[in-house]
Amino acid sequence: MPAFVNDLRGWLTRSPSRFLSGSPEREGAGKEKETNMSNLGPLLELKNIRKDFFGNQVLQDINLTLNEGEVLGLVGENGAGKSTLMKILFGMNEIHDTGGYGGDVLLNGSKVNFSSPFDALAAGIGMVHQEFSLIPGFTATENILLNREPMRKSFLSEIFGSRLNTLDRKDMKRRADDAIEKMGVHIEGEMTINEMPVGHKQFTEIARELSKEQLKLLILDEPTAVLAEQEAEALLDSIRGMSARGIAVIFITHRLQEILDVCDKVVVMRDGVLVKDVPASETSVSEITGWMVGRSVGSSATLHREPPETRTILSMRRLWVDMPGELVRDVNLDVREGEILGIGGLAGQGKLGIPNGVMGLYPAGGSVEFDGKSIPLNQPRACLDAQLAFVSEDRRGVGLLLGESMEWNIAFPAMQIRGSFLKSWLGGAIKWRDDKAIEEVTRKYIEDLQIRCTGGRQNVKELSGGNQQKVCLAKAFALEPKFLFVSEPTRGIDVGAKALVLQELTKFNRESGVTIVMISSELEELRQICDRIAIVSGGRIAGILPATSPSEEFGALMVSSVV
Amino acid sequence: MNTKKSSASKRALNFLSNSAVPLMFIIIIAICIPISGFSPTFLLNEVMTRLSRNAFLILSLLIPIMAGMGLNFGMTLGAMAAEIALIFVTDWQIWGIPGIVLAMILSIPLSVVLGILCGKILNAAQGREMITSYIISFFMNGVYQLIVLYMMGSLIPILHGSIELPRGYGVRSSVDLTNIRKTLDNLLAINVAGVRIPVATLLIIALMCLIIVWFRRTKLGQDMRAVGQDMEVARDAGINVERTRLISIVISTVLAGIGMVIYLQNMGDMATYSSHSQIGMFCIAALLVGGASVDRASIGNVFLGVILFHTLFILAPSAGAKITGNEVVGEYFRVFVSYGVITVALVMYETRKRRAKARAAQQLKLEQQEGEQ
Amino acid sequence: MSEYVKESERSVGTRVRQALKSFGLPRLIIALFLLLMFVLTPFAGSNLVAQITNVINRFSWNAVLVLAMVPMVHSGCGLNFGLPVGIIAGLLGATCAIEWGFTGPVTFWMAILIATPFALLFGAAYGWLLNKIKGGEMMIATYVGFSVVSFFCMMWLVLPFKKGDIAWGFEGTGLRTTFPLDKYYEGVLSNFLRIQIGRLVIPTGALLFFALLALLIWAFLHTKTGTAMTAVGSNPNFARASGINVDRIRLLSVVMSTWLAAVGILVYEQGFGFVQLYNAPFNMALPAVSAILIGGASANKASITNVIIGTILFQGIVTMTPTVMNGLINLDISEVLRMVVSNGMILYALTRKTEVSR
Repeated sequence: MPAFVNDLRGWLTRSPSRFLSGSPEREGAGKEKETNMSNLGPLLELKNIRKDFFGNQVLQDINLTLNEGEVLGLVGENGAGKSTLMKILFGMNEIHDTGGYGGDVLLNGSKVNFSSPFDALAAGIGMVHQEFSLIPGFTATENILLNREPMRKSFLSEIFGSRLNTLDRKDMKRRADDAIEKMGVHIEGEMTINEMPVGHKQFTEIARELSKEQLKLLILDEPTAVLAEQEAEALLDSIRGMSARGIAVIFITHRLQEILDVCDKVVVMRDGVLVKDVPASETSVSEITGWMVGRSVGSSATLHREPPETRTILSMRRLWVDMPGELVRDVNLDVREGEILGIGGLAGQGKLGIPNGVMGLYPAGGSVEFDGKSIPLNQPRACLDAQLAFVSEDRRGVGLLLGESMEWNIAFPAMQIRGSFLKSWLGGAIKWRDDKAIEEVTRKYIEDLQIRCTGGRQNVKELSGGNQQKVCLAKAFALEPKFLFVSEPTRGIDVGAKALVLQELTKFNRESGVTIVMISSELEELRQICDRIAIVSGGRIAGILPATSPSEEFGALMVSSVV
Repeated sequence: MNTKKSSASKRALNFLSNSAVPLMFIIIIAICIPISGFSPTFLLNEVMTRLSRNAFLILSLLIPIMAGMGLNFGMTLGAMAAEIALIFVTDWQIWGIPGIVLAMILSIPLSVVLGILCGKILNAAQGREMITSYIISFFMNGVYQLIVLYMMGSLIPILHGSIELPRGYGVRSSVDLTNIRKTLDNLLAINVAGVRIPVATLLIIALMCLIIVWFRRTKLGQDMRAVGQDMEVARDAGINVERTRLISIVISTVLAGIGMVIYLQNMGDMATYSSHSQIGMFCIAALLVGGASVDRASIGNVFLGVILFHTLFILAPSAGAKITGNEVVGEYFRVFVSYGVITVALVMYETRKRRAKARAAQQLKLEQQEGEQ
Repeated sequence: MSEYVKESERSVGTRVRQALKSFGLPRLIIALFLLLMFVLTPFAGSNLVAQITNVINRFSWNAVLVLAMVPMVHSGCGLNFGLPVGIIAGLLGATCAIEWGFTGPVTFWMAILIATPFALLFGAAYGWLLNKIKGGEMMIATYVGFSVVSFFCMMWLVLPFKKGDIAWGFEGTGLRTTFPLDKYYEGVLSNFLRIQIGRLVIPTGALLFFALLALLIWAFLHTKTGTAMTAVGSNPNFARASGINVDRIRLLSVVMSTWLAAVGILVYEQGFGFVQLYNAPFNMALPAVSAILIGGASANKASITNVIIGTILFQGIVTMTPTVMNGLINLDISEVLRMVVSNGMILYALTRKTEVSR
C-alpha cells in the first residue's frame, strides 16, 4: 500500500469526526463483527512473526492462534519479547520506526498491518498498558469516554465544525455505566482519577477499552501488579466475564497462579522464541517457571571458580528503598570480600532499588555497613568517599554527561571524590584541573576497553550504546573503588560489547581484588560471571544460590513472592 | 470518622493557601480605605469604571490556562491588533458605536494571524510557554512599531493628517479617540445611588462569561482541559494536541483584541506605542489577585481580581502620600504589588508542582512501612 | 592508534561544517548584517574609525553585564533574566559610596566594595529561591528581577539619602532619577592607559578590567569546583550521583552571577557617566541575555568567547544602525531593529529543543 494512503488513513482516523456517534466508520466496524460471528475461524492468528532491532533478533518465528472468547496467558522473563510482540499487534510507532516486522498478523482470517494504534483500536484490539493513561483531573466517566464523548449539535458547530458540539453528559454517564457494568467491578463514575485508589485507576482503563463497542481482543499488560489481592480477584472474575461475552483476552503477568486460574491456554516465551503453547489445565506453576528460565546452556564455564569463603565486606540490614517501580521492602544481604555477587529477579521486584538505595540516589532506610563502618544513607558523597562506586542502569539519565567529552565523563567523579587529575596551587587553595592527566587516563581506557571513538574529546552522546557503557565502566574504574555496584551493564548493547563488558568486569574483580555486585535481569549473564546469585522477589531477597545451581531453582525463587 | 475530619481540616487549609493572595489584598484594602479618605461613592464609581474597562481583557486569559499553557503574556498581541484596528477606524473617521464595532471586527483577522504565529512558536517551546510568550510580546512590539511608526503613511495609506506624524509617515504617539470615547459605556448607562453603571459594556462582559461557560461544555473545551492536564494521554487518545493548544491561543488573542477595543473606548485616548506594553502584566496580576493560579482560573477569579486589584490601584497613591508624605511612593507601591503578586503566584505554582511529586513518594514510603509492620 | 588519527583527520571537513551549523543561521545573518553596516559606513557619510571607536566603547561598558550570564548558564539555572537583582546591589554600592562622602576615582572601588555584601546577600536569597523552583527558573527570575526593581523604586524615595548631588533638592529624601558621575568615577577605567590615535580611542583600562574578570571566570571554570559547576548544568543527576551537592553549586553560581552584575553596572556607569535609578534596571536584562545568545551561547552552554563575540555583535548593531541608516535613507529604525533582533534571538534559543533540553 502506498505510503500516502496510509498517511491519509492515519489522518482520517485521527480526525475528530471519527469519534462522532453514528459515524460511518463505526457502523462499518460493527457490521464486520456480525459477519465474523458466523465465521468460525480463529479471531487472531500470528504467522512466523519476526522482528529485529538493527540486526539484533528479538523475535523469531512466533506462531500463535487465539479464538473468540479465549483467554491466553503470556509469560516470560523480561526481555523475552512479550512486549515487542504486543507492540507489533498494536501497531505501535516504535515498530515502524525500526523497520517493521516479518511474518503476518491475521485478524478474522484477513491479513492486517496497522500503521498506528488508532488502526488497531478501530479493528477491535484494545490494550491496557502498565503505565496509566488517564487524565488526572477528569472523572472516571470522562476518562472512559476520552475523545469519544457523545455530543449534541449546536448551531455554532454548523459553522465552526464538530468540536463546538456540546457534550451529552447524560449519554456519557449511561455509556460509562454500561462499560463499568460489563466489566463487572464497580467503580464510581463521578470520582476524579486523582482521588481514586490505584486499583480503581486500573479498572477505569479496562472500562475504557470495554466501552469501545468494536472491542474483540483485549491485551492486559501486568494489570494485577498494582492491585490488592481482592481487587486482583475481581479482575480475574471480570476477565471470565469478558470471555463469556466473546471477547478474547491476552493476559500478561508474572503471577503464574493467576494464569492457571483464569486462562484457557498458556504461552511461554524465552529469548524471542515461543517455547511452549499448552492448555492451562495441563500444566503447573513449576513447569511454567522451568520453561521461562530454560535449561542452563553451560556457556563460558571457564569463568567459574569456587565461591571465595572470605569475610563479609558489605552488609545490609532491613534496607528499604523508595525507588518508584522498584521498591525495596526489607532486604538483608551480606556480600563477601572479593566475590562477584549477582542480583537477579523480574522487573519491578526491587533488584534495581538495592544499589540505588545504598548509593544514596533514592530515599532509603535501614542500615548498611561497609568494611566494619556504618555507611550513612541518602548521601551519595559518603558512599563514594568510602570507596564504593556505582555504574547506574540509567546510562543516559544518571550515568553520563551526554553533552560533554569522554575525557570529562571518565575523569569527573575521580576528580571530585578522590582529587585525582588536579594540580594544587597556593598550598591547595586552588585546585586546577589537569587536562593533560585527564587526556592520558582517557587514552588508556580507550585502549583497555576498546572504545570506538574519534578520540577522547569526542562528545559522549555521539557514541553507540555499547561504547557509552564502556565509558561508564571507565568512569567507575578511574575511581579506584574497593567495591563496585554494576546495574544492568549489558542492557541495550550489542553482543560483542556485552562479552567485553563482562570480561572486563571479571578482570577488574580478579586483578584488582574489587568486590563486585552485579544487578541484571538476564539470568544467563549473571550465571556466566558471578560466584553467587541472589534473587529478589517482592522487594525482598528470596534466596541466594551458587551460580552453578540449575536454572529452575532460580526460576522458582523469582516468582516466589511476586508483587 | 477520623479521616473525614482530617480531610475537612485539610480542605480548610487548602482553601486558606489557595486564597491567601485575595485575603491579603482584602486586608491591605481594609487598612487603606480609611487612610485614603475617599468617599464610598467615589470608590464605587472608580471600581465600576475599571471593572467595565478591564474585565473583558482578563477573561481572554482563561482559555489558555484551561489548555495548560499558563498565563498568556502574548495577549499583548491581541491588544496590538486592536490598536491597529482603531488607528484605521479613526483614520476613516467612523465614529461612535459603528466605529467600535468596526474596530472589533477589523481586529479579529489581525488577532487570528498573530495568534496562529504565537501558538506555533509556543508549540515549539513546550514546557517554557510563559517565558516564551513573554518574549514574543516584546518581539511583536518591535514589529508593531515597524508597521505603525514606519510603514503607516508610507506603505499603508493614511487619509487623515491629524494622526500622522509631521514628518509625513508614521502615527503620532497619541491617537485621539474622543469621537468614540465612552460611546459604548454610555449606551444604556444608568445611575444607581450616584454610581454610574455602563449597562451595555457589562452586558457584553456577561455575554462573554456565558460563552466561556458554554465553551467549557463543548468538545473543544473538554479537549483543552484534557490537553491541559496531560498532553501525552490526550495525544494517545487521539486528540490533536498541537492544534488544540494553537486554537486556545488564537481564541485568547482574539478576545484580547476585542477587550482592548473596550478598554480604549473607555480611556478615550490611545498611547500608540505604550498602551499595550503594560496591559498584559496588569491583567495577569489582576487575575492572580483574584485567587487564580498558573493552572487554574475561573470567571469568579476574574471579577474578584479586577475589584481587589483596581481598588488597591485607586487607593495606593493617596494612601502612600498619607503614610510617607510622598504620592509617588504609592504609585511605585502598586507597580511593586503587581510584580510581587505575579512572582508569588509563579513560585507557588512551581513549588506545588514539586510538592505533589514529593507527596507521591511519601505515600509510597508510608505504604511500605505499613507493610513492614 | 593509527585508525584513531585517521578518523580525527577525516573529521576536519565535518568539523568545519559542524562549526558552521552550531554557529547558527541567525548569528550568521547578524554577523553579515554588521559587516554590511561597516562596509556601508563611508557611503553613509560617517567616519568608520569613529564608528569603530563607538563600538569598542559600548563593548567596554556592557561586556561585564553579559559576563554575568555565564556562571548561571553553566550551573543549569538558565539565562539570568534576574540580572536586575545584581544591578540593584551595584546601585546600592554606588549610591552609598557617594553618600558616605567619597569623591573621585576611589568612589568606584568603594562602590564595588560596598556592593559586594549586598550582592552576596541578594544572590544567596535569589539562589535559594531558584533552588526551590528548579525547572521554572527563567520566568521566575524575570519576575523576581522586576519585583526587586519596583521595590527599590520605593526605597530610592524612602531611604534617607541626603547628599545634594544625588538627592532631590532640600527636602532631603528621595534620590534623583539620574545623576552625573563627573565628580566621582566617570571614566575611571576607560581613561586609564587610554590610547588615542586620531579618532580611534581605545578605553584600555575598561578592556583590561573586563579581561581580568573574564580571566577569573575562565580560571574558575578550570578548577575542581568550576568543573563541578559545568557538570551540574550538563546533567544534575550525574553530578548528584558523583557526590556533588547540586544545590550548593547552583547557589554559588547565582551568587557569582549576581556579584558580576553588580560590578557590571558600575563598569557601565563609569563609561556612561551617569547613574540611572528607578525604572532603568528594568531594561537591562534582555539586552544582556540576547547578547550572549547572539554570541553563540544556548540556555545551558556559554563560554567567554560567546560573551565577547555576542557583546561586539549586539553593541555593533545598536551603535552602527542608527548612524548608517540615518545617513543612507534618512530613516532611523534602529530601535525597532534592536527590539526585533534581540528578542528574536531569545525566541530562537527558547524554541530550539536540543539547545534547551538538559
